[in-house]
Amino acid sequence: MSGVETVEKPRRNVELLLLLLAFAVSIGANTMKGLQDGTAFGSDFWLQEALLAVPALAIHAVLRFRAKYADPLILPIVVTLNGLGLAMIHRLDTPQTDYGNTQARWTVVGMVLAIAVVWFLRDHRILRRFTYISLIVSAVLLLLPLVPGITAGEINGAQVWIRIGGSTFQPGEVAKITIAVFFAGYLSTNRDLILLAGRRIGKLQLPRFKDLGPMVVAWLAAIGILIFQHDLGMSILFFGIFISTIYIATSRVSWAILGVLLMFAGAMAASLALPHIRLRIDGWLNAFSPEVYGRTSGSSYQIVQGLFGMANGGLLGTGLGQGRPDLVPFSHSDMIVASFGEELGLVGLFAIVLLYALLVTRGFRAALGARDSFGKLLASALSAAIGLQVFVIIGGVTRLIPLTGLTTPFLAAGGSSLLANWIIVALLLVISNAARRPTAQGPLVADDGHGSARHADLAQPGDTMTTQAVRTR
Amino acid sequence: MNQAIRNAWIAIAVMFALILGAISYVQVIGADDLNKNSWNNRAILQTFCQERGPILVAGKPIAQSVESGSDTCKFQRTFPGQDLYAGITGFYSNVYGSSGLENTMNSTLTGRSDELLMDRIRQLFLGEQPQGASVELTIDPAIQKLAYDLIPDGQRGSIVVTNPKTGAIIAMVSKPSYDPNLIATQDQAAASAAMQKIQSEQGINLNQGVSGPTGALLAPGSVFKLVDTAAALASGKYNKDSVLPNPAQMTLPGTNTQLPNYAGGNCYTRDKADFAFALEQSCNTPFASIALDLGQDAIAKQAAAFGYGQDAGDQLHLDYSPGVWPQKLNQAQLAQSAIGQFDVKASPLQIALVTSAIANGGVQMKPSLVKSITAPDLHVVSEPKPEVLRTSTTPDIARQITEWMTDVVSQGIAGAAAVPGVKVAGKTGTAELGVTNSKGQMLNNSWFTGFAPADNPQVQVTVVMEGVDIYQGAALTSPTARKIFEAVLNK
Repeated sequence: MSGVETVEKPRRNVELLLLLLAFAVSIGANTMKGLQDGTAFGSDFWLQEALLAVPALAIHAVLRFRAKYADPLILPIVVTLNGLGLAMIHRLDTPQTDYGNTQARWTVVGMVLAIAVVWFLRDHRILRRFTYISLIVSAVLLLLPLVPGITAGEINGAQVWIRIGGSTFQPGEVAKITIAVFFAGYLSTNRDLILLAGRRIGKLQLPRFKDLGPMVVAWLAAIGILIFQHDLGMSILFFGIFISTIYIATSRVSWAILGVLLMFAGAMAASLALPHIRLRIDGWLNAFSPEVYGRTSGSSYQIVQGLFGMANGGLLGTGLGQGRPDLVPFSHSDMIVASFGEELGLVGLFAIVLLYALLVTRGFRAALGARDSFGKLLASALSAAIGLQVFVIIGGVTRLIPLTGLTTPFLAAGGSSLLANWIIVALLLVISNAARRPTAQGPLVADDGHGSARHADLAQPGDTMTTQAVRTR
Repeated sequence: MNQAIRNAWIAIAVMFALILGAISYVQVIGADDLNKNSWNNRAILQTFCQERGPILVAGKPIAQSVESGSDTCKFQRTFPGQDLYAGITGFYSNVYGSSGLENTMNSTLTGRSDELLMDRIRQLFLGEQPQGASVELTIDPAIQKLAYDLIPDGQRGSIVVTNPKTGAIIAMVSKPSYDPNLIATQDQAAASAAMQKIQSEQGINLNQGVSGPTGALLAPGSVFKLVDTAAALASGKYNKDSVLPNPAQMTLPGTNTQLPNYAGGNCYTRDKADFAFALEQSCNTPFASIALDLGQDAIAKQAAAFGYGQDAGDQLHLDYSPGVWPQKLNQAQLAQSAIGQFDVKASPLQIALVTSAIANGGVQMKPSLVKSITAPDLHVVSEPKPEVLRTSTTPDIARQITEWMTDVVSQGIAGAAAVPGVKVAGKTGTAELGVTNSKGQMLNNSWFTGFAPADNPQVQVTVVMEGVDIYQGAALTSPTARKIFEAVLNK
């Protein structure tokens, strides 16, 4: 079943070494920043480092016990990104703001949640039982910001926040995970029905509508986000998860293309119907026209200033703490990529992008290695979500595509996104553990005495390779 | 399914490649255009808030950076020199950029110039903040203050005081002036308001980045006769004993226009004059006839030798507008140009350069404003040496003109510039502006240029007062020069 042969070694020591390297990068970044403002090597400095390092080492320890075959690269990559983000957010803090410490607290919460997921989720296939619950949870999460009394209202033009106690939370970030779980669960169960039951029109095999029902619901939800919450980024992300899972489940390029076309059609229609989307696209195309730059709503000021910052950084950057990323609005959150571009230069930003690429690649690798179609779909959906999110935000900041309000995973200031992404990391670790674990020979008992992965009751229809209908193209 | 996963990964990989391409475009390929974009204020902001070296006069700062106490912008540029030195320091603003020495010496003041490379490397290793070098000027603060006060408030005028032997500028002032502090503020609204107020005053044009003494092009009037005289003597057609025609007025060739002699002096007493008399009394017709006789090319060549249309060398560090001698003149225009009217123009510094050349045996020294540049660690990076700018005329001709100019002060119309016990050489000029004041009197640019002592020149003074009638001009130019001569020579 598994299409990838890996040497079946735990490789936890490699992970530990790489983790130490990740801490070094984080400490280095913090030192650069600290030398600028004189906070280097103070007690706060070491406290910040400890807040990153201790929970990270705790995850590492838990992996040794619970998922010792988990991918050794994922955790160090994410800790590096998270550490870099913390250093930059601290560096951008003014005496009036405290984003750095907030981010540090959320980092700890995120990592603790990751530990919980790794500890309690013995086998990712358990999640499959929650397919439909996930759909409902996703819908509820996405609707929450529209509920009076809970909603935090419109912030920066998008109504995607709820108020919990004293802080705000973006439920959509968590909905990323539940929607991926739903798609993976639903499609791994109903793949054959969708593929085979249905009418043929010429070469095109149409699925039955009732098999696609829940998918349509999800698709409509994405459109709803766009219309009611003004959140272009999140709806693109949902479409992306939707298209990638349906393509991977069915191996039909035509459907993926159809999905992409639908997405563009939706975006076009939205840009015509929704003024704020039209402003966004206008601000992208005509960013350098004085009229667009100077207007109060939908101004291109943010993106143009971000580009100035990146250009100022050039190849090698100004050095942490020596540029002026503070001139860009939301330099610590939406525009943090521009801040890194300015202070670490093209070289630093390339390194960051390549870390993401490596993370996504390891996620897909776990998907390849997974021995059940649910695991394959879930891992690739989560990896695609990270990859797409990085593409949409960095593409937006560099003016490759219109700018949307997505967070940069692990780097940008934002508790909800940090929390959700750490859960994603935990899930990928769990799936990669299942993927890389030795196939049990003889008695079905794993190293820790629990049942091994080849439980008969967990085996699913559709776990065999499908026909490669695509190859004839 | 695995093939589909691989394909999905390829799609994501393509997206990442696109991102890397976009980053490369923004940070490398398109970076130059972005950095030059007019909306991009990062470059000025980055330097605006850094510590710049001070500009010093006799060890006291006339422009310096002080800690502002704010986090976003650590240093504020202040100008203790205020209005007195605005024409030299220029301004430094995050709204309007910079001018004057703040602009031209920027790389030195920020510590980025090549001569400070070793200091930069040292700072890099010691982890110090980059510091700029300090620039000490040749200006004498007492003379600068005196000259400034000698221009009455509300009067437009400039004074340039130099050492003709070295080219060092001792004082350089003009009114109206402004306070650079007003536009150096970080409060952009306040800076804009101050700028508008400054620009609305007649005689200040900060947009052109020129200051009165070096950039204002004015009709030189009779002080241009020094150039005519040098050209005449250089031609070989004339010598010190030549007799020049001196009619009370002459009809300009090809026109009905009359060119009269100055009515107030003694010119009308003779219809023939030698150079000494013509210069002493500043008669017009002899010089017009010299120019018509020699032809415009000879005058143009001599004007260029004195620096008209040429640069002022690399030691001034200020925007300089060279004098203008017009091209393709007809005879009538040539006659008018010869007496510094028509389209002939010169800045006060240009006139000072002509006079300095005569004072210095025909050799023009580069006008210099910077005495020394000192690195942050207090070692002297450079001390510009006096350098020859150009040779304007021969030592003999220079000596001859000096002799006549001495007569202009001792016996002629510039008597008010005489300093007891010292031989002063000088020349006055009155350029008609073609407008009259409320009393019906013609308004002029009134000039005095000269040097002292005549036999061993220590100081050159050029004074111009703009838009004055003949009596104001007489009261404001020569007496002003006398006070400055006295002040410098008594030091």
